[in-house]
Amino acid sequence: MEIEQQALSNPTGVETIEVSGSVALLEALIAEGTEVIFGYPGGAIMPIYDALYDYKEKLNHILVRHEQGGIHAGQGFARTSGKVGVVFATSGPGATNLVTGLADAMIDSTPLVCITGQVFAHLLGTDAFQETDVINITTPVTKWNYQITDATEIPEVLSKAFYIARSGRPGPVLIDITKNAQIQKFDYSGYTPCNHIRSYRPKPLIRNEYIEKAAALINQAKKPFVLWGQGVILGEAELEFKAFVEKSGIPSAWTILGAGAIPTDHPLNVGMLGMHGNYGPNVLTNECDVIIAIGMRFDDRVTGRLDKYAKQAKIIHLDIDPSEIDKNVQTTVPVWGDCKETLPALTALIQQKTYPEWLQKFRDFEQKEIEAVINDELHPASGELTMGEVISHLNELTHGEAIIVTDVGQHQMVACRYAKLNKTRSNVTSGGLGTMGFALPAAIGAKFGAPERTVVAVIGDGGFQMTLQELGTIMQSNIDVKILILNNRFLGMVRQWQELFNQHRYSFVDIESPDFVALAAAYRIKGKSISERGEISSSLKEMLEHKGSFLLEVMVTKENNVFPMVPQGCSVSEIRLK
Amino acid sequence: MSNQNNTEKPEAKQEFTITVYTENQIGLLNRIAIIFTRRKINIHSLNTSPSEIESIHRFNIVVQETEDVVRKLSRQIEKQVEVLKVYFNTNDDIIWQEMALYKVPTDIIAEKASVERLLRENGARAVVIRKDYTVFETTGHREETDALIRILQPFGLIEFVRSARVAIIKNSDGFNRKLREFEKAEPGEDVVENEYLNKGQRIFTM
Repeated sequence: MEIEQQALSNPTGVETIEVSGSVALLEALIAEGTEVIFGYPGGAIMPIYDALYDYKEKLNHILVRHEQGGIHAGQGFARTSGKVGVVFATSGPGATNLVTGLADAMIDSTPLVCITGQVFAHLLGTDAFQETDVINITTPVTKWNYQITDATEIPEVLSKAFYIARSGRPGPVLIDITKNAQIQKFDYSGYTPCNHIRSYRPKPLIRNEYIEKAAALINQAKKPFVLWGQGVILGEAELEFKAFVEKSGIPSAWTILGAGAIPTDHPLNVGMLGMHGNYGPNVLTNECDVIIAIGMRFDDRVTGRLDKYAKQAKIIHLDIDPSEIDKNVQTTVPVWGDCKETLPALTALIQQKTYPEWLQKFRDFEQKEIEAVINDELHPASGELTMGEVISHLNELTHGEAIIVTDVGQHQMVACRYAKLNKTRSNVTSGGLGTMGFALPAAIGAKFGAPERTVVAVIGDGGFQMTLQELGTIMQSNIDVKILILNNRFLGMVRQWQELFNQHRYSFVDIESPDFVALAAAYRIKGKSISERGEISSSLKEMLEHKGSFLLEVMVTKENNVFPMVPQGCSVSEIRLK
Repeated sequence: MSNQNNTEKPEAKQEFTITVYTENQIGLLNRIAIIFTRRKINIHSLNTSPSEIESIHRFNIVVQETEDVVRKLSRQIEKQVEVLKVYFNTNDDIIWQEMALYKVPTDIIAEKASVERLLRENGARAVVIRKDYTVFETTGHREETDALIRILQPFGLIEFVRSARVAIIKNSDGFNRKLREFEKAEPGEDVVENEYLNKGQRIFTM
């Protein structure tokens, strides 16, 4: 092994060395700077795990409790670190358990390289034990996938996989490797990273004429409005974005995946878009004259009813993915390209401006929202606890420095609405797919992606029970994740809809939970459950100051609704405050 | 992508031929097909073949859809890693052909000279003549191959099959030069065509 390692560390040499496909795979992961692998072994991936036994010092492998947990952890890692998440799973059920995470990563543009074991090539198509057609199953939910049946393909395919996953609009890549290819020895001549594939253009060419037209439109606008999404974060263009917003003076609102690209309390940050977003940004979408959409994709939860969405406005759309232009909303000026490059070009051409009256409109709506919704949610004087006040106390203690990982449902909307975020890559949530069960495993990955930061997983009582087996991962690998369960004893978001739109017919939303604190204790995780207002701050403090993971369950009021709300099928300007 | 049409009125569905230049990669057919099936769009005809360039494959896909839908489909196809370029065209923009085979009983054909004349008039030719059956072939547009079915039906047409459409784009200068551009690390502007360049007049001024 030692000799092998020496030779491998000199990939530029002409000499080749005979290695197995599995070793070539692990060398590729090292060459790509892989810090952590989330995985679960099984029959068809055993040769890779056998090779991994000798690489324990170089590659940190975290044994998860379920492949879905593994891939969500990979997503959490990618979201907080900006690097490619790496996931291992075996064939058959191992691979199919990745599908939810792949779909989630695909719709939220998260860079992943997933390696699945596969049966021997000569058994393909024979219904062999744990054989499943993972390539075809995962085709619609991967940016690219490929089956390797010959070890000699491994270095080149892996280099393509990483390049495709991280470049352009990022996304998940799955590489299926048959067992014979993992075992097969071949003459390995080192690893060359990929930086060009002739059929693949990760970044469209930037056309200055569009930047000029966009700038002209912005310079003439009376009521311009910036909508930003995750593209700003994925493009690592936070500074360029901030410079653009500050020079232009334009009120700016975010999609939930864009949250934190500029701090929550930036004077031009006017809040959250969409179904449960803030009042002003939704109403004024239908009043602005120019929309500058940056790295966002006009999801239906953002636009509401499309034929009544910003019909009065001219739309400038900055996106790296040409297929997003005109997909949902007809664009006036498309600005194709990486916003790290297009934003500075645009900033250079726009006038330094402020829009005090226009900005004041957002603040006036905010005031209305504070009076109608936010005060009661964040500072209730009496009654049962609200989700919002828990988040509000959390803000006071973390000062907006923590990474907030959320699951899906009411608590997600509340946390995204109210969590204070000072830094980029602080908000990890399942935005597009809405995957319950995402938060706990994603928080594990988030911690590996940003080990120096506090990671708080805010989870509902329903979603927690979907992937709670990952408490085992937290226990075994000593991962410092703060778990905050907001327990309303309901599948709250569905219940809210049933209350509002199905005449209180609560159909299967009443969910019982186990004793979460006892459950945590079974996994040797310290826990606490509270239901009194006076305990919130001290308990959160105890959780945050505790060395290691901690589970805090807060019993909140059962039938609170998340408002404001744009009911499905309504225009954004028909947003309801109650 | 061709066919700039900036009218705002709802478009009518019409026949479009989508031409896709791709790498020759296992699984790509499925990756392209599911872009249609996900949107519940029926593929009327699909042909894959080599192109004028070795190792580059060419798909011809025929759908009956509005231009807006076809443009979105084309962009989704072009987004696939192993797809080089997508064009979509109406029937006016292309030269296209389909081939059909017809199996008829030889005795009836031999008896009735009129049949042979009909075949000649329809541009058909005999591929195989056996004692029991004869196979005719014709190439043309859908109406032509359909017409021959109707003609042969009374004479005991045994079997009929028609190929997918193959189409050549009238104003295309082929893919050789484009491919050389794609192979460069920084492809030039003309391969990264920006269809919006023609949209200048729509850009709003206050």
